Amino acid sequence: MMTEQEKNEMEILFDAVSSNESFARVAVAAFVSHLNPTLEEISDIKTAVSEAVTNAIIHGYENFYGYGRHGESKPAYLVVHPGKVRVHCTLEGGILHIEVSDEGKGIDNVDKAMEPLFTTKPELERSGMGFAFMEAFMDDLEVESMPGRGTIVRMKKKMDTGAWIDSEE
Amino acid sequence: MEEFQIIDNCLMVRLPEEVDHHRAAYISANADRLLLQDQVQHVVFDFEDTKFMDSSGIGIIMGRYKKISCFGGRVYAIHVDRQIHRILNLSGISKIVEVVE
Repeated sequence: MMTEQEKNEMEILFDAVSSNESFARVAVAAFVSHLNPTLEEISDIKTAVSEAVTNAIIHGYENFYGYGRHGESKPAYLVVHPGKVRVHCTLEGGILHIEVSDEGKGIDNVDKAMEPLFTTKPELERSGMGFAFMEAFMDDLEVESMPGRGTIVRMKKKMDTGAWIDSEE
Repeated sequence: MEEFQIIDNCLMVRLPEEVDHHRAAYISANADRLLLQDQVQHVVFDFEDTKFMDSSGIGIIMGRYKKISCFGGRVYAIHVDRQIHRILNLSGISKIVEVVE
């Protein structure tokens, strides 16, 4: 098992399309799996990553449907924004740092965007709970955005339950 | 069981293993098609197979609730596991959705 002093890092870069949302959250979950996380920790991380990546895709790049939208007449690759989403994770001192960044259109008012139930896309049935979920399921959340340049979401989570169970055994 | 099925005056929606933005449009569009077609009053979301849901799932439930609540319809959630329960509670949607254990 990795000790708390060790550092481990990974980064993935992928097309900003909805079919990659599950890939991104599963990749991050797999990255921490050797720490014996609890089901709850894994679920928290997957939800938070899913929210951040979905935001980048539908708000940053405005790729609402991604590849293969049902009933879309044009081939999907002609209608999607070619943007990429980057997910960078660092495990250090038992803390998982996740950075989800895009080079999309950015957020004009970050404070407003982070209010629960606020959404700029009610027509897509967005619940406006994305940032609220990230805040609730992670220990720390920071959002940095520049309109026209992109957005960086930084999240932290302390991963200690699995290690504690190991030491008890 | 079918993904979308009408039993009496209830539309049963069997949700997939992962409910996220990628699957949301498909689920909402199909549910709405049946809501319009038949004499459906209530919607039941079955989480039996669901292992993951993010806020897109909340959007799906809220959207269907808005469509049927004005006609006295109700939204139910069944086979909800602990993780899904947390998501429903945290979003505050458990106030309008009846979770049947």
